Amino acid sequence: MAEASYPEDLKYHAEHDWARIEGDTATFGITWYAQDALGEVVFFDPPEVGTSVSKDQAYTEVESVKAVSDVIAPLSGEIVEVNEDLSDSPEKVNSDPYGEGWMVKVKLSDQSELDQLMDVNQYKELLQTGS
Amino acid sequence: MPVQYEGIRQEHVAVRKSAGMFDVSHMGEIETSGPQAEDLLQRLLSNDVTKIADRGAQYSMLCRDDGGVLDDLFTYRLGPDRFLTVTNASNHEKDLAWFREHAGEFDAEVTDAHERWAMLAVQGPEARAAVERVAEGELPARMRTADVAIAGVECLACGTGYTGEDGVELLIPPDGAAAVWDALLEQGVVPAGLGARDTLRLEVCFHLYGNDLSEDRNPIEAGIAWCCKLDTGFIGADALRDLEPEQTLVPFAFTGAGIPRQGNPVRTATGEGVVTSGSLSPCLDVGIGMAYVPVAAAAPGTELEVDVRGKLRAAEVREKPLYRKETSG
Repeated sequence: MAEASYPEDLKYHAEHDWARIEGDTATFGITWYAQDALGEVVFFDPPEVGTSVSKDQAYTEVESVKAVSDVIAPLSGEIVEVNEDLSDSPEKVNSDPYGEGWMVKVKLSDQSELDQLMDVNQYKELLQTGS
Repeated sequence: MPVQYEGIRQEHVAVRKSAGMFDVSHMGEIETSGPQAEDLLQRLLSNDVTKIADRGAQYSMLCRDDGGVLDDLFTYRLGPDRFLTVTNASNHEKDLAWFREHAGEFDAEVTDAHERWAMLAVQGPEARAAVERVAEGELPARMRTADVAIAGVECLACGTGYTGEDGVELLIPPDGAAAVWDALLEQGVVPAGLGARDTLRLEVCFHLYGNDLSEDRNPIEAGIAWCCKLDTGFIGADALRDLEPEQTLVPFAFTGAGIPRQGNPVRTATGEGVVTSGSLSPCLDVGIGMAYVPVAAAAPGTELEVDVRGKLRAAEVREKPLYRKETSG
């Protein structure tokens, strides 16, 4: 399992999700903290391309052996790509949460929402103060 | 006991391939002794208590008058007139009250022995060997008990378990429990948590009280009539006689994606059912579970649909156990 890390180029959501912004689209995934709390991810239920996602709402689920967890959208938009590899290798969410463990790519519908996300320092502070 | 130490899957595999240990000290114990101890237990427990050999073990149900299951229990005969019954933690007080309520008419004493014993389940193909290396004296055979010193601590060793693997369950005086744990850790036995305990028992279709058994279900529909000897006259026997349940508990496996969970609705060609236990099977790598389904849908091979939070997942009734050890190797 990867060492604890929080890349500086990402935006963070308090539900322990990250977004990598590339123009008008963003890639979503869950943070190192989230995958560590969940334990080994054994099932990822891929959402469908074309589905709308809303900021702060669940857009899919990940499951460990013991528990099911909702994955929360850090921003609103429409899913344009899904990481299909996670269906066969959900453990990539643990081994590489910011790389091969990405979940969906979303065409953003409201750029103004970006201001509501945290930068890496704010997110680390959140983790330290207890979330 | 924590849900996991290092990870459910690693702990599960350790028990299947080598040896793991579970701190199950939360489980309760009731000692029943006296000239009519056997008669009292014969009235309370569903199995034929007279068949427990000296230093033997037996599984049984504790039933209400209407056949509803109060608990599922292992009972050990420690002497002609002395028995130790292991209870589920959440049922211990209820069981103890039930034992005492019915003890009045018998010349027998019921003692709460929960505080006397810590309990360590050491399970896996290498479990016995690991325990033997730190034991003075011989470990009991399967379904037997023996007094054995382990790491210098006098223990009651029982040839039982809840994983489908060989191994022993050790009842240990609480002040010696840490020494036994440490000695086994040194022998390479892997600490395993509640998560692995649940997946291990589910793969071999052992019932979990609170999931697969409850006061609202009787042993016949739960598929454990084999441990209900109706002619012994135990409490609940009359209600179970001639009972024709509408539902029965079956093991199942998903034939596609998904993981079933407790409470998921089940659809069959002949009516509805409900999942009582569900998980990913670490050994089979598919979703598995147990569900109450209509009797007409209980045959192995019957197709089911499980509603997992709104998504219908394909499943199939399977034979017990869901996981079978390769006997060749």
